[in-house]
Amino acid sequence: MSVISGQSPGQGPGELGEGFDAGFESEGQLPPGVGPWKLAWRRLRRNRVAMFFGFVFLLIVVVCLLAPVYSTDIAHIGPNYGNPTGTFTLNGKTQFVLSQIGIPIGPTWDIHHYFLGADDQGRDVAVRLLYGGRTSLMIGAVATLITMIIGTLLGVFAGYFRGWWDAILRSANDVVWTYPAVLLGITIGTVLNIHGIGPLHGTNALVPAVVIGFVYVPYVFRPVRGQVLTLRERDFVDAARQQGLSHWRIMTSEILPNLSSTIVVFVPLIMANSILLEAGLTYLGAGVQPPNASWGTMISDGINNDIPTAFHNVLIPGLMLVIAVMSINIFGDGLRDALDPRSKIRVAR
Amino acid sequence: MSATEPPLLEISDLRVAFATEDGTVQAVDGVSFTVSRGEVVAIVGESGSGKSVTAMTLMGLPRGSNATFQGTATFDGTELVGASDEQLRRIRGAGIAMVFQDPMSSLDPVYRIGDQIVEQIRAHERKISKAQALDRAVTLMERVGIPRAAERLRSYPHEFSGGMRQRVMIAMALSCSPKLLIADEPTTALDVTIQAQILEELRKLRDETDAGVILVTHDLGVVADIADRVIVMYAGRVVEQGVLDDIFYDPQHPYTWGLLGSITRIDSDRSQRLPAIPGMPPSLLSPPKGCHFRPRCPHAFEKCVEVPPLEGHVANRPESLDRCWLTEDRKRALRQVDGQVGLRSTEPVIS
Amino acid sequence: MLRFVVRRMLVMVALLIVISMFTFAMFVLLLPNGNPAALLAGRLATPAEIHLISVRYGFDKPIYIQYIDTMKNIFTGQAYSYQSSFNVLDEIRAGMPATLSLAIGAGLIWLLVSILFGTIAAVRAGKYADRVLTVLSMIGVSMPPFFFGAILIYYVAYKANIIPIGGYVPFSQSVGGWFGHLVAPWITLSILFIGFYSRVLRSSILDSINEDYVRTARAKGLSERQVLIRHSLRNSLIPIISLWGLDFAQVIGGGAILTETVYNLHGVGELARDSIGRLDTITLMEIVILTGIAVVVIGAIVDVLVAYLDPRIRLA
Ligand SMILES: Nc1ncnc2c1ncn2[C@@H]1O[C@H](COP(=O)(O)OP(=O)(O)O)[C@@H](O)[C@H]1O
Ligand code: SF4
Ligand SMILES: [Mg+2]
Repeated sequence: MSVISGQSPGQGPGELGEGFDAGFESEGQLPPGVGPWKLAWRRLRRNRVAMFFGFVFLLIVVVCLLAPVYSTDIAHIGPNYGNPTGTFTLNGKTQFVLSQIGIPIGPTWDIHHYFLGADDQGRDVAVRLLYGGRTSLMIGAVATLITMIIGTLLGVFAGYFRGWWDAILRSANDVVWTYPAVLLGITIGTVLNIHGIGPLHGTNALVPAVVIGFVYVPYVFRPVRGQVLTLRERDFVDAARQQGLSHWRIMTSEILPNLSSTIVVFVPLIMANSILLEAGLTYLGAGVQPPNASWGTMISDGINNDIPTAFHNVLIPGLMLVIAVMSINIFGDGLRDALDPRSKIRVAR
Repeated sequence: MSATEPPLLEISDLRVAFATEDGTVQAVDGVSFTVSRGEVVAIVGESGSGKSVTAMTLMGLPRGSNATFQGTATFDGTELVGASDEQLRRIRGAGIAMVFQDPMSSLDPVYRIGDQIVEQIRAHERKISKAQALDRAVTLMERVGIPRAAERLRSYPHEFSGGMRQRVMIAMALSCSPKLLIADEPTTALDVTIQAQILEELRKLRDETDAGVILVTHDLGVVADIADRVIVMYAGRVVEQGVLDDIFYDPQHPYTWGLLGSITRIDSDRSQRLPAIPGMPPSLLSPPKGCHFRPRCPHAFEKCVEVPPLEGHVANRPESLDRCWLTEDRKRALRQVDGQVGLRSTEPVIS
Repeated sequence: MLRFVVRRMLVMVALLIVISMFTFAMFVLLLPNGNPAALLAGRLATPAEIHLISVRYGFDKPIYIQYIDTMKNIFTGQAYSYQSSFNVLDEIRAGMPATLSLAIGAGLIWLLVSILFGTIAAVRAGKYADRVLTVLSMIGVSMPPFFFGAILIYYVAYKANIIPIGGYVPFSQSVGGWFGHLVAPWITLSILFIGFYSRVLRSSILDSINEDYVRTARAKGLSERQVLIRHSLRNSLIPIISLWGLDFAQVIGGGAILTETVYNLHGVGELARDSIGRLDTITLMEIVILTGIAVVVIGAIVDVLVAYLDPRIRLA
């Protein structure tokens, strides 16, 4: 067998399928009447692994959204309620939340009482895990939204107008790009925490969301700009220009739709990295501020207080984070393969 | 061709199918032909008719996990279809060499020209020293008309023009004295004057060695220059084959008429490749029933829903074969358009 | 080639200036009422004391003069942290051995292992080895370094007692100690990049299968291994090396903050974190400029390396 399976060299790019969306060139023979999105969906659905992890992520989202239900109706304890001297009965025996020497109890596997154990302040880890998930996912989503909107807008702008606009935007992006992401994140995060702009200050969880959203802009800006540079030379853009359409109209109705698959591919990638960066910034004290729970605060509390006494406080939120991020990554990979089988985009770290 | 000697290459009922997400693409659908030593066989047909897949199958190149092969292709006593990797490796480059369509991208951008030629020589002649191989490379480059060869040995591909790169590809292909040279649209990406020079090199090669040549092209003008025999392919099948003059002066298949019509019309400028046959080749995922040309053929009739066999229809010309249900007389009458051979341009019959 | 390098250098110097201004501006923004003197003097200071401090540090001068003075101090090695009153350059120098050791070790590991994994995954695409490596790299890119570090510290250092729990031992003091303290940080930092790079390399190699020159290589009669190593891999390495340049430079400039912190390496990254925490503008600016310089210098080296790998750039 040949070393590498996959497409054989028979088909040169552009030989066939000329009329399709940029991402679909050299796709071989497409049955007529099947749109690119439908085709992508068909491919994605066939990718069992990607679908499975997409489902896992969805499940995590739903469960985290149900945090208040679990908190009030099942565990009967709030996320920030510490009960260091408390006791409860487990299988008829009385248990201490924290032991005599202050070591928190590990997972009890009893859905009503400290299912996943307690932290060093006697708070319920399971409840905090769900609330923390809400925060982490919310920050991830908001940050992604910010990154995608700013990155796309600036990218389209720079690529479409070129010249000075492009030069300025590109240098601005290079500045952000040269800064290590974490360093930039804690710098801005600290600035906003202390000084603040409007509602963005102190313990508001929007602060890390905005910071992270800003940090990843270049990862979207670069590829979008590149694609717009080629798109603007295409015939249909020329035609639109000849018809006297305004720049705004050309950008929104001619160029943006052609970017849609690129944009969609980036959403899960940015989301996964945003959630990771939240945890990192929080660990360094520049992200989510206590007593708010997020996966980041939980891991970092665990690392600071519970090694080696109660490692479950690191392990549980850490694994949860890894599973969530990994699910997004794997789903995102499948999505990219489905949308753009020959893609060569640079992905964010 | 002497009667006793077996042909250099004998392809019989070759079928190549690609499994894709949307179904099976039958890219080559029962192709048979032979090539003899010292003979130039041209394969012509529109883009997508399966010419490249046929050619590359001989080299074992389209071996993606999605490809399946049937039929036989015997080269110099060796069966190529289903040959082992090692068998194929020995034949590639040494027994059969190939020149590809796009010289701009067919050479590895990161290695010197000389090293790339040497690499091929040393792949087959393990004992030869690098210096010897380089000497041979210089000779080869001079032979295909690259000036200052010894110097240019050290150049990188991007320092060469398209025509020069194609010469390098030819030099490389000749480096192990192959018995069969396959040139897949060697001039398509080049401009007209360069085209002529490259064809001249191929012709010289044919004259100087005893190698058989398969020339794949969609340009009948190129064919007229150089071919001994012509095979016309359409949608994965051979629709007509014969000696050069017969194909040009007494073509039997309506598709061939269309191809010929397109060159006579733009005779003066053969670099133009306007599709003179209305319509598009069919999807090989779900080709039309019967004659594949039926949807575009203005002469189609009821019988055409059955697959016409590739048979001889012309008296005293057993080497002329075609796949059309029309009788010889009907063909002679129908192919005259404005006093020339061509395909009548009525609206194609859609079925 | 020379012109290419010079132009690149000029661009990067301009970039450095902008980066330092950006950092400076952020911290001016940050300080209460724009007056760092008040912050330094403490809450109980009298206006007279604040004024004294203002004059001493030059906070009464216009912003751009302050910026220029700061830059001058940074480049003459005369910059002192307002907060700790240490010489910033000395502090960075103290953190450099740990950071360099981390960067060089991890940089080599992640480059070599990614090439290995990416190649294997591409060659065995769709097969068992590829699936395993895909899973591993997916975990790798989804793993926060401080979480992975905590796992190693707890299980390998604390429970199994195989490695020390953290800290840094200079090479000059004990080679074994240096190595022992760095193994876990190297692995931790590498994992992140291995996951990402090996995926990039895998898809780059798989894409190259469709390249015409790879088809030519096969048509020449090369063995599959020769085709893979000499042609597919060789060409696919070019983008990997460029990627590596930027990441490596950032780690040298203190970008591996999370790894340094979880292992208590006391490197430049930790210094950066601490200086942000105490609003130490000068130190942070100097570190950021250092990162920029690392990016410029290593970028230039990597450019040469890439040019060596890719003659199209070399001779352009
Ligand atoms: N690896 C492959 N997978 C699927 N279809 C393929 C593959 N290689 C070639 N084909 C299809 O086979 C048909 C014939 O292609 P080709 O031989 O390149 O045509 P030609 O060289 O005559 O222009 C085309 O429709 C092409 O899409
Ligand atoms: S068989 Fe029928 S459809 Fe086919 S070419 Fe002949 S006349 Fe036309
Ligand atoms: Mg072809």
